[in-house]
Amino acid sequence: MTGDEPTWLQHHRIRLALHRLDPGRADLRPLLLLHGLGEATPAAVPAHIHWPGPVLGLDFTGHGRSTVPTGGGYTAEILVADVDTALEHTGPVTVVGRGLGAYIGLLAAAARPDTVRGVVLVDGPGLAGGGTEPGSPSIVAPFPGAQAPPDPYALVELARDPRPSSYAQTFVRFLLEESDLDEPIVVDTLVRPPWVQAVSAEPGVVERPLRDALARYAELD
Amino acid sequence: MEHGTYPGARRPDRRRRVDSDGVSISVVEWGDPDDPPVVVAHGGFDFAETLDVFAPMLADEGWRVVGWDQRGHGDSDRSELYSWDADVRDAAKVLASVSSDPLPLIGHSKGGSMVMYLAATMPQRVRALVNLDGLPSGAGMSDVSERERIRSIRGELGAWLGHRRSLVGKERRPGTIDELAARRGRMNPRLSPEWLRFLVTVGAVESEDGWRWKIDPTMRFGGFGPWDPDWSMRQLPGVAAPFLGVLGLEPEVMGWGTRPEDLDRYLPPDARVVALDGVGHFVHIEQPRRVADLVLEFLS
Repeated sequence: MTGDEPTWLQHHRIRLALHRLDPGRADLRPLLLLHGLGEATPAAVPAHIHWPGPVLGLDFTGHGRSTVPTGGGYTAEILVADVDTALEHTGPVTVVGRGLGAYIGLLAAAARPDTVRGVVLVDGPGLAGGGTEPGSPSIVAPFPGAQAPPDPYALVELARDPRPSSYAQTFVRFLLEESDLDEPIVVDTLVRPPWVQAVSAEPGVVERPLRDALARYAELD
Repeated sequence: MEHGTYPGARRPDRRRRVDSDGVSISVVEWGDPDDPPVVVAHGGFDFAETLDVFAPMLADEGWRVVGWDQRGHGDSDRSELYSWDADVRDAAKVLASVSSDPLPLIGHSKGGSMVMYLAATMPQRVRALVNLDGLPSGAGMSDVSERERIRSIRGELGAWLGHRRSLVGKERRPGTIDELAARRGRMNPRLSPEWLRFLVTVGAVESEDGWRWKIDPTMRFGGFGPWDPDWSMRQLPGVAAPFLGVLGLEPEVMGWGTRPEDLDRYLPPDARVVALDGVGHFVHIEQPRRVADLVLEFLS
């Protein structure tokens, strides 16, 4: 870790921490790391990540050094807006998303196909979400008052967020159509919940080890 | 008509607050505190005092009517995040503050889906269920091609993210009572100007530059997400408590366009559905006497 104070970004009432793990070559496109459920941006660039440009990491709402909101209310969609807030600041990036961050990264890439120059989906906490549709209804509440990261509300609410396969497919198809990259989505997960199976089955989505995927994305303009 | 009044409208008899793990929820009550309680859930973009005519009609017939403002609505706290899970959690806290015995639940629109969900999660707490035009169906969603569907979802996502980017420091636009009433009238075209002006005086606050709706400016129609009407409706067949559904058949921008025949495959045994011709989505506001009588008869 460089020891730098993160860049603070305001997403409505949430203050988001955007970390710079490696300054890299400032003239090159940054890599943006999205952590998994309950995680935070790592203190240093993980050993298996090789990227010539700057390496950044965003702490999602309720995670790491970002604001822990009062009384929960998490959705995957709000985390997509977290990423969108970061993209407004960073400009074009390549994204690596772990677990929950893989799902969020995919949706963010579909939302901003010109800004996200390649997204790689890798294993991590929260990859499966709550399955393809809601289970039996229940009211979930963690122990009250535990307002520290990772927010217990995030853990319970985002772990049951439904992820229909058709929904993920919709965003993949849009991204494949809109992006000017030949291979805008790379899947490199061992675990295959239904939404990941659906994504990887789409013609145009490629399977490739993270290292190779990053080497190729680093070559792009 | 005098400023801030409406024929038959009565402001709540009592107000109190319920804490939902740091989010303060405003609870209002009409009627004798010793009468049997009934809890009413308002719809999205509404607030408890939209019941100012309907609730007193129930209270006058011997019910303690309890309503609350959902987080971000009316006098409840604005929060950082909003979600279905958070709304039903807040609702459960309100319910716990009323009674530990089974009681009737009434909900309008989104509130109707909420009370069905509550009945599915805590059936032991629900004595009867009334759903006022809150039975979603896909009837209003026209058939579109796959390509159009993808474009449409992408459009919703883009619009929603644009909205999120615009929110820092955002406040509701101020205006006169007439201006706020006219703006709301676009969402509620069938409600009278007199009623809408009254709503401004209870659902908005006045400051130096004019009136502003209390609702959090974060709130916006058409978020995005994978929600499916069937996810709500599938709670219905398993409802064991007596069920009354009221549909308003006049198509309206905030309604679902649900027809009685759309409900056939979801109704539990002995469910009762009343479809009101010539009435829009806000059945209890357009026809408070008629709907109150239906509910009173059902609960008796």
